[in-house]
Amino acid sequence: MSDTDLQDQAIQVDTEKGNFKYPENYEFDAGVGLTEDTIKYISDVKDDPDWVREFRLKALEVFQKKPMPTKWADKDLENIDFDKIRYYLSKGQQPARSWDDVPDDVKETFERLGIPEQERKFLAGVEAQFDSEASYSRMKEDLEKEGVIFVGSSEGLAKYPEIFKPYFGKVIPTADNKFSALNSAAFSGGSFIYVPKGVKLKQPLQAYFRINAENFGQFERTLIIADEDSEITYMEGCTAPKFETATLHSAVVELVALKNAKIQYITVQNWSSNVFNLVTKRGMADEGAEVKWIDCNIGSRLTMKYPGVVLKGKGARGEVLSIALANDGQHQDTGAKMMHLADNTTSNIISKSISIGKGRSTYRGQVHMPKHLKNCKNNTECDALLINTNSRTDTYPAITTRGQNNTVQHEASVSKVSAEQIFYMMQRGLSEGEAMSLAVNGFVNELMKAFPMEYSVELKRLIDMEMEGSVG
Amino acid sequence: MNHSLEVKNLHVSIDGQAILKGFNLTVPKGEVHALMGPNGTGKSTLAKVMAGHEDYTVESGEVLLDGVNILGQEPDEISHAGLFLAFQYPMEIPGVSIANFIRAAKQARLPEGEEINAIEYYKDLYAKMDALKMDRKFTARSLNEGFSGGEKKRCEILQMAMLDPKYCVMDETDSGLDIDALRIVSEGVNHMRSEDRAFLVITHYQRLLDYIVPDVVHVMFDGRIVHSGDKELAKELEIKGYDWVKEAFATASA
Repeated sequence: MSDTDLQDQAIQVDTEKGNFKYPENYEFDAGVGLTEDTIKYISDVKDDPDWVREFRLKALEVFQKKPMPTKWADKDLENIDFDKIRYYLSKGQQPARSWDDVPDDVKETFERLGIPEQERKFLAGVEAQFDSEASYSRMKEDLEKEGVIFVGSSEGLAKYPEIFKPYFGKVIPTADNKFSALNSAAFSGGSFIYVPKGVKLKQPLQAYFRINAENFGQFERTLIIADEDSEITYMEGCTAPKFETATLHSAVVELVALKNAKIQYITVQNWSSNVFNLVTKRGMADEGAEVKWIDCNIGSRLTMKYPGVVLKGKGARGEVLSIALANDGQHQDTGAKMMHLADNTTSNIISKSISIGKGRSTYRGQVHMPKHLKNCKNNTECDALLINTNSRTDTYPAITTRGQNNTVQHEASVSKVSAEQIFYMMQRGLSEGEAMSLAVNGFVNELMKAFPMEYSVELKRLIDMEMEGSVG
Repeated sequence: MNHSLEVKNLHVSIDGQAILKGFNLTVPKGEVHALMGPNGTGKSTLAKVMAGHEDYTVESGEVLLDGVNILGQEPDEISHAGLFLAFQYPMEIPGVSIANFIRAAKQARLPEGEEINAIEYYKDLYAKMDALKMDRKFTARSLNEGFSGGEKKRCEILQMAMLDPKYCVMDETDSGLDIDALRIVSEGVNHMRSEDRAFLVITHYQRLLDYIVPDVVHVMFDGRIVHSGDKELAKELEIKGYDWVKEAFATASA
C-alpha cells in the first residue's frame, strides 16, 4: 500500500484545523464558579438518581479539602482560578443518533474536524462531545445486537445501573487526587461502554472531545467494562480553540478488564496552548487480562497524566506506550503506574518525550511489586529528545520491587538533535523544520509501529505541524 | 549562462582564525577536479562553506553555481540549486530509514502539492543500490546508524546518485574504505560522470585517483591553491610527499 493511500485513510486533524469556534449559545449554563449549588444544578439538569447526587456532593467536599499538589507538581497549577471557570454548558442532554439531528454549529464543528468521515471509514461507533454533553452518539447496529453498550455516562448510570454502579469510582476512587475529586463532583459526558463475554470488537469505538466555550471546564467521565474474553479498542481525540484565558480539562477514565479480556485505550490529544489538562486514567486487569494505554500528548499549557494499570489477577498484563511533545512554554508532565497485585503479572512502560525550545517534559513512573509476589516482570524505558539548548527534561522513576523471582528492567536515555545532524539533512534539501520533524519522527518511529495505522499517520502529521511551527 | 562551479577570492575564518585565504577555483561541467593537500590546510572548510554551514564566517569572496552566488543562502537552498556534498563523516539519524530519508529529500524538491511516485521511486532506488552492491535490506535501516565506514560512504554515493546534483563535492570519500569498497564507490561516481555534471574530489591520498581519474589536480596549502596540473601531478605528490609541497610553496604563500 502506498503512502498516498495511507494519507487518505488518515484522520484529518491538524493543529490549525482545531483553532476555530462558534458563538456560545447554550440552553443550560451552571454559571461561573464552583459551589454546592453548581453541583446541584448539574444534578437537576441531568436528573441524577440520589446516589449520584450524594456521590457528587461528597466529592465536592473532598475536592475543597485537598490541597493543590504543588509540593511536587508544577507551580503553574496555582494559576487555575476555580471561581472563574464555568462547570456546565450544554444545548441539551440527549445526543442525536443521526448527524442530521445535530445542531448546525455543532455539526459543522465536527465536520471540520473530520469526525463523520472517519466514522464512515473505519469506526464501529462514535460519540462526539461538545463542551459538557455528547451531541452525537451512534454505534453500528450489529454491535447493539451482540449486546455491546456504548452510551454517555449519564445514560449509562440511568439505564444500566446494575453494571455501571458496581464499577463506577472503584478503579479510581474520588479521593485519589484533587482533580479526580473535582471530576467526581462535576462530571458530565464521556462514555460508558460494556462489552459482553466473548465479544471481540474488530473496529474501534471513538470519542471526540471538543471544547468550544471560553473559561470552560470539561469533566468527562469514562467507564469501560470488558467482560470475560472480550476485546475492545477505544480511541479518543481532543481539541479546543486558542483562547486568551485558561481552559480546564479534567477527565477520569476507568477501565475494567475482566478475566482474559483485552482493552486498548488510545489517546491523541491536541489541545491548544491555554488548556490545563489534568487527567486521571487507570485500568484494572483481572486474571489473564490485558490493559494497554497508548497515550500521545501534544499541546496544552500543562498536562499531568500518568495512566496506570492495577494488575489484580494472575498473569495479567499492563502496558503504557506514551509520546509527549512539549513545545515552547508547555510542560508535559506524564508517566505511568503499574501496581502488581498477583503472581506472574507483567508490565511494560515505554515513554518517549520531546522538548523543544523552552518546552519541558517530565517523566514520573511508579512500579510496585510487593514482597509476597512471584514471577512478576516490569520493563521501563524512558527516552528524552531535546531540541535546542533551552529544553528541559526530568525523570522520576520510582520502582519498588520485593519478593522472589521478580524482575525489573529500567533504561533511560537523553539525546539531542545536534546542529550537525540538522545541517546534514538540510544539505540534502530538507528545510530546517522538515529536518527537525524527520529527526523527531525517527525518535518515535519504533514505538509508533505498535500503534494502529490510522493513529500513526495522524500523529506524524501533528508532529510535522508542531515542528514547522517551532522554527523561528 | 556560465556552466561551472566557481570560487572567487574566498576568505573564510572561524573564531577569528583565517582558514581560507584567497581561494580560487573553477570546475566546469563535464570535468572532474581533484583537490589535494596536507591535513589542516582548509579542504573540509571549503566543502562546508560551499554547502552553507553557519559556523564559518565568510570575510569576502563568492561561490558561484552557474554564475549565481550561493554564499549566504540556507543549506537547503544550496542543495536545491544543485550542489551535493558527500560528507567525510556522515551523520547518523536514528529511526529514519534510508528509503524514507532520500524520499523526503526528493519530495522537498517537488513543487507544493506534487507527490513523489512511490513505485518509480523504489525502482530507481533499488537499481542504484544494486549498482553500489548495497543489500536491499539497507533501505529499512536507520540512516548511517551503526554503519561501517564503507557502508556510510556507499550510502553517501547512493544519495548523490538519487538526488542527481549538478555539482558534486566529495570530501575524503576514500577515507575508511577498503579496496573493494573503493572500487565500488568509484564505479558509482564514474557512472555519474557526464557533460552536465562537475565533480570536486577532495582527497588526501592519490589512491582514489587511480579509480576516479581527474581532469585536473589542484594542490592546496595554507588556505589556497598553490599548484595545479593534470593527473600526473597526483602521482608526483604521492612520490614526493606533502613535505615537498610545504617546501616548494610555503615561501610563495608567505
